[in-house]
Amino acid sequence: MLLGDDALVRQMPGSRGDRSRDECSDASRSQNATAAAGRTGAAVRARELTKRFGEFTAVDAVDFDIEVGEAFGFLGANGAGKTSTMRMIACLSPISSGSLQVLGLDPMQDGPQIRSRIGLVPQDDTLDLELTVRDNLYLYGRYFGLPKKQLRERVDQLLEFARLTERADERVDPLSGGMRRRLTIARALVSSPSLVVLDEPTTGLDPQARHLLWDRLYRLKREGVTLVVTTHYMDEAEQLCDRLVVMDAGRIAAAGSPRELIEQWSTREVVELRFDPEGHEVHGERLADLAERVEVLPDRLLLYTDEGDATLDAVRSRGASPIAALVRRSTLEDVFLHLTGRSLVD
Amino acid sequence: MSFTSPLPPVATALPQGPATPRMPPVLRAYQYNLLAYKRTWRGSLTTTFLYPVLYLAAMGVGLGHLIAHGSSDQAVGGVPYLWFLAPGLLAGTAMQIAANESTFPVMAGIKWLKTYLAMLATPLEVTDVLYGHLLWILTRVALASSVFLAVMAVFHTVPSGWAAAAFPAAVLTGAAFAAPMMAFSATRETDKSFVVLYRFAIVPLFLFSGTFFPVTQLPGWLQVVARCTPLYQGVSLCRGLVLGHPRTWDTLGHAGYLLATTAVGVLAARVTYRRRLVQ
Repeated sequence: MLLGDDALVRQMPGSRGDRSRDECSDASRSQNATAAAGRTGAAVRARELTKRFGEFTAVDAVDFDIEVGEAFGFLGANGAGKTSTMRMIACLSPISSGSLQVLGLDPMQDGPQIRSRIGLVPQDDTLDLELTVRDNLYLYGRYFGLPKKQLRERVDQLLEFARLTERADERVDPLSGGMRRRLTIARALVSSPSLVVLDEPTTGLDPQARHLLWDRLYRLKREGVTLVVTTHYMDEAEQLCDRLVVMDAGRIAAAGSPRELIEQWSTREVVELRFDPEGHEVHGERLADLAERVEVLPDRLLLYTDEGDATLDAVRSRGASPIAALVRRSTLEDVFLHLTGRSLVD
Repeated sequence: MSFTSPLPPVATALPQGPATPRMPPVLRAYQYNLLAYKRTWRGSLTTTFLYPVLYLAAMGVGLGHLIAHGSSDQAVGGVPYLWFLAPGLLAGTAMQIAANESTFPVMAGIKWLKTYLAMLATPLEVTDVLYGHLLWILTRVALASSVFLAVMAVFHTVPSGWAAAAFPAAVLTGAAFAAPMMAFSATRETDKSFVVLYRFAIVPLFLFSGTFFPVTQLPGWLQVVARCTPLYQGVSLCRGLVLGHPRTWDTLGHAGYLLATTAVGVLAARVTYRRRLVQ
């Protein structure tokens, strides 16, 4: 079946464009890309996708489909293979083996064409700190070959979108981290991409700046833009992503919507207990039968149960007296802990 | 902070595919430098405009006066020392500007400002980034060379119309340095080796490649070394043209040498750029 789809794309006119066609027939090209995406039903499709750096396998034969218009997340600790996957999707890094289709095209053959339809928000900002906010947007649009007049209007829109209109003619250097991230996202939108790839968009930002960014990403999604996000923040994944995969050591450990993942891999509620640090192992064993599953972490004990309050009462009736106790709902953090045996952010 | 201010849709705001023909990708990459130069051009005024005047005044007029009163002009080919010196400095300046622009700015593109990485996330390819930057470096060399030639004319050191041909010759000299040095710069992790390169290659070349005195003044074996350097070739090419009696085979030989160096440099840079930027 996969082979058939590959063949379909290969036969499509314009899917293997050379440079000269790339320059002069963008309109027909993007229609081709959209048609191809429609036909294969996926904005991104990976089969046994693998990335090796010498002996090291960063991404190890992963399969996934990202549907047009959805927000898709890659969740994992640092070094899990998220960024390598992103870079292959954004046609910045050649695949080592397996197959990958982006917007119905082949990244190994049609890199420039795919990149003209993708907006990339890299992990490290690549803004020119010495140029003004406006010039950063303008120049980036010129890289895409956008005509000057059209681009100037576009830049004004994007400045509004990123709430940077008032700083438009200042240099980037003194801007805050949140402002720079917003500028990077605005810049990624300059060519009106149908797929936006964001690699840890809110790492290092304060909560307020993160919420503002999320709001902007919701807006994009509502407009039908496909979002691909990597993150090691559970709340971000839960907030933003329709579906996500949990990556660990280059492999996909689990896939589904946040709710599905929690239902499948965790209980409804979690009781968090804190004892003296030395007591966690001992208490873990003593209380094991009160919960479906017990996780012993260095700083706390997690009891997985469907009825948190009842479990906590049972703990107390056994005479255990934790320094602190908390009942909460399961989150993706618990899923990750279960799947990989360690927490996401160390 | 309000998140609900009305905003026009951003994703669909731009019609897909511009109607006008697009600028070639190399020029799109080139354009970055042009815009960036608008904010730094003042800083380059000294190297571009002031240095030629200072060098020609101090070395040519001052030192040349002493030489004229001491030994005969025969040592420098029977022309006034200033005439001898000026084309050498022209080639030397072309080298220096090319060396400056093909080291630190390459590191900036890869690591400091990451302008290369920003370009590569767009439809631009590695070769576009490379050629766009090389084209810009040659623009800088061309700008400085034309100023230098104009200053030379003011100092009456341009005896023949052939001097116009020294302009492309100087740019070619710059290219012969820029391309291999870009290839080298793309392999570096820090800028330390640039300083070493300057101290042990660029400065000695500037001093001993026939710029200030004929290489025949050097001891025998060093003469051979000097003749093999790209700057000697550039100096000889420019000098022959400026003084108005270029010998056909010499000129072709020098130009061929510089072209070959440029070509090898470009091929090497294609490899090192790709290795560094596509992983």
